[in-house]
Amino acid sequence: MPHLTLNHFLVVSALLFGFGILAVVTRRNAVAVLMGIELILNAANLNLVAFGRYVAGGITGQVFTLFVIVLAAAEAAVGLAIILTIYQMARNIDTSRATTLKE
Amino acid sequence: MQTQFVIFVFLALATLVGAAGVALSRNIFWSAMGLLSSLVGVGGLYVLLSADFVAITQLLVYIGGVLVLIIFAVMLTSQIQDINISNRSMGLLGGYLVFFVVATLLSFVAIWAPWKLTDVAPVANTTVAIGDGLLGKWLLPFEIASVLLVATLVGAIVIARKEVKSDS
Repeated sequence: MPHLTLNHFLVVSALLFGFGILAVVTRRNAVAVLMGIELILNAANLNLVAFGRYVAGGITGQVFTLFVIVLAAAEAAVGLAIILTIYQMARNIDTSRATTLKE
Repeated sequence: MQTQFVIFVFLALATLVGAAGVALSRNIFWSAMGLLSSLVGVGGLYVLLSADFVAITQLLVYIGGVLVLIIFAVMLTSQIQDINISNRSMGLLGGYLVFFVVATLLSFVAIWAPWKLTDVAPVANTTVAIGDGLLGKWLLPFEIASVLLVATLVGAIVIARKEVKSDS
């Protein structure tokens, strides 16, 4: 049984970030893209807390994480409101078909 | 220390399996459930990193707030009968390529970089320290965050409400 170190958390965070990128890149459903963004923000948060615990010490990383969580909540609220409006206009939330501004 | 590692493996598996479900599941509702598993796992990892306040905040804000909002959006935007509208945009091959490049690159950097590890013991009761910090050293960002939350509240309502035309 190995000792728990910084690297373990960083690798988990890297994989989490990769899955988030995968969701953002491959999904067309706007809600699923938003879920991918949440995964990416969670990976960044995990990195901040892990570095705060093993490298920097103190609570600076945790406070930064709290601000990121606040921003993520705000982003989710506004993003979902926009998605609902698009759905009411176009009856679908396909990100590749929301091109009204381009046409 | 041994039990700590076992718990870490369990939480990491919950996090990564959930994240894979978010990225790969064809049913958008199962994606939301995968997000739930992933967020709970990350919250547990915060506890392992002795960040108790952040872990509780994760539970309250992400799982109690953001996840419920996302499930609301799933229910409102896709009919339950044909919920399988989560089709691909880029093709899975390109997506997997991006995933492997990003994940392996970040993992290698994380493992090979010579981090200067500290041996300072973690803060025992972080709630007191964070409360002191938010009302002292980080007061300005705290206030800016509260202004941002008010702006978000108003903005989300204005965007999502139904337009009411007046008769005059």
